[in-house]
Amino acid sequence: MIALRPSLAAEAGRHAALMAGAIVMLAPFVWMLSLSLRAPDDIFTQELHLVPRKWDAVRNYLAAFEKVPLLRYLLNGVVVTATILVLQIAVAVPAAYALAKLRFAGSKVLFSLVLFGLLIPAHVPAIPHYIMLSKVGLLNSYAGLVMPSVISVFGIFWIRQFFLTVPDDLVHAARLDGMSEFGIVWRIMLPTAVPALTAFGILSVVVHWNDYFWPLLIVTSPDMAMPALGTVYLRNTEAGIDYGPLMAGVVVITAPLVLFFLAAQRRFIEGMTLSGIK
Amino acid sequence: MTLAAIAGTPGAENIARKTPARTEALAAYGLVAPATILLLGILVLPTVATVVLSFTDWQFGAASLNWVGADNYGALLGDEVFRKSLTNTLLYVSMVVPASVVLGLVVALLIEAGTGLRAFYRAAFFLPVTATLIAMATVWEIMLHPSIGFINLVFDAAGLGKHNWLKDPALALPTLAAIGVWQMLGLNMILFLAGLKSIPRDLHEAASIDGADGWWSRFTTVTWPMLGPSTLFVLIISSIRSFQVFDTVAVLTEGGPNKATEVLLYTMYQEGFGFFRAGYGAAITVVFLTFVLLLTLLKVRLAERRVHYS
Repeated sequence: MIALRPSLAAEAGRHAALMAGAIVMLAPFVWMLSLSLRAPDDIFTQELHLVPRKWDAVRNYLAAFEKVPLLRYLLNGVVVTATILVLQIAVAVPAAYALAKLRFAGSKVLFSLVLFGLLIPAHVPAIPHYIMLSKVGLLNSYAGLVMPSVISVFGIFWIRQFFLTVPDDLVHAARLDGMSEFGIVWRIMLPTAVPALTAFGILSVVVHWNDYFWPLLIVTSPDMAMPALGTVYLRNTEAGIDYGPLMAGVVVITAPLVLFFLAAQRRFIEGMTLSGIK
Repeated sequence: MTLAAIAGTPGAENIARKTPARTEALAAYGLVAPATILLLGILVLPTVATVVLSFTDWQFGAASLNWVGADNYGALLGDEVFRKSLTNTLLYVSMVVPASVVLGLVVALLIEAGTGLRAFYRAAFFLPVTATLIAMATVWEIMLHPSIGFINLVFDAAGLGKHNWLKDPALALPTLAAIGVWQMLGLNMILFLAGLKSIPRDLHEAASIDGADGWWSRFTTVTWPMLGPSTLFVLIISSIRSFQVFDTVAVLTEGGPNKATEVLLYTMYQEGFGFFRAGYGAAITVVFLTFVLLLTLLKVRLAERRVHYS
């Protein structure tokens, strides 16, 4: 590899280019933080500076929490994304196990159906979903927010692919020990699938935490908003140019996923990369 | 679940009584039942219902609906807004895809070219993929503010003047596309990094023995041909994702100014949920689906042939 070692000049060029790019990528995050700390007249200025000259962080953050129920949005986000994830796993793991390890008539048809499901973007069944939910009076509810995502065909597909790599002997041994198929799914297969489930879990949480389209359609009262929709509610309270509280609110909304990402980068990138396969 | 429990009851006499294959199948049906029911009820039937609705004149809340054949589709053809919306979507895709793919590749190559600060760069470029797009869109809106926006301050300082990025019909769509590139670049970068990792090292060594010394000749003889499948995959994924542009339009421009940023999903949202014309909205959804389906079918073909992540 000695022949491939870059020269000092090349290395400097590499850093210059990447650093410039990284600055552009990070600029909105830095700017958001900077504005969230400033007083109004320090925001409404023609001068470019990053470190606030006139601090007003406490007012901004308090105002953000006063204008809209930010904590409630975060709570909604946690409740809805967690419920979705638990249900997706509860539905997908047994099906994935059956598709990977059991022989039964119709398994090919079911798997084709799963593959067909992979082709459909979430926006496509939205109108019928809306109609179904309005018929049963579940618009503007947690159940309504969760319903379209209860099944993840991608989850079934992904976990099945993983189960294919688990040796059959493991299953046979469990059967010889007298374990039921149900027991095999949850006590043998589930623990082996933790890496696959972690990646899937991160993908699922990010997608639903960040989702705007579906909450926009069915949420009608301010306290039922998910984080993304809540940001828009906060933005709508802001008629003038007092951006401090708005930016403070945006910091609060984006912080959970961004911090989580910084803490668990590798897992996070694996999980999000799955959204490429989907 | 009960089926599974019964079929899987432990005990030798139980297995001896039924044939093993039958027990296995019964257990399987129990295990796949919830997924099958939900798959049909939540995904398949509603998708079919969308297609059926697109051939009706149904409006939300209306007591009756009429079969109108392909009238909705005929109306779409003559609909100025829809045509604009389809053109804008294709324009948006044609701006975001090449830029985010090329930049993603360049960044991946640059990161792989050295050893310093790899983790930092990877994280910096990937961060926008994970951040809530709607929230970041409001930050972009302030950065693009005509007088006090960060971008205008930079442009002004560079002598390029200030622009009203989101209100100027000529600039609005390219501005949204730039935000789209900012958001998508990191994912493409990671997919390319995965592709680069899968290229065997000895190939590079073999190429340099064969006289490909320069970086460029190694790139053209080894890296680029070996990245072919990844590139195609990244192209299709970016196309599908950018086809679904909605968030930035809904928050920043609402399709304006003067329909300059009207895109398919936003038109569908407005027709279906703003004007309650469910049938018409469904027809737009079907057009949207057709485009995405063509792209996805291509992708599934490729995904089956290669690409493994774990």
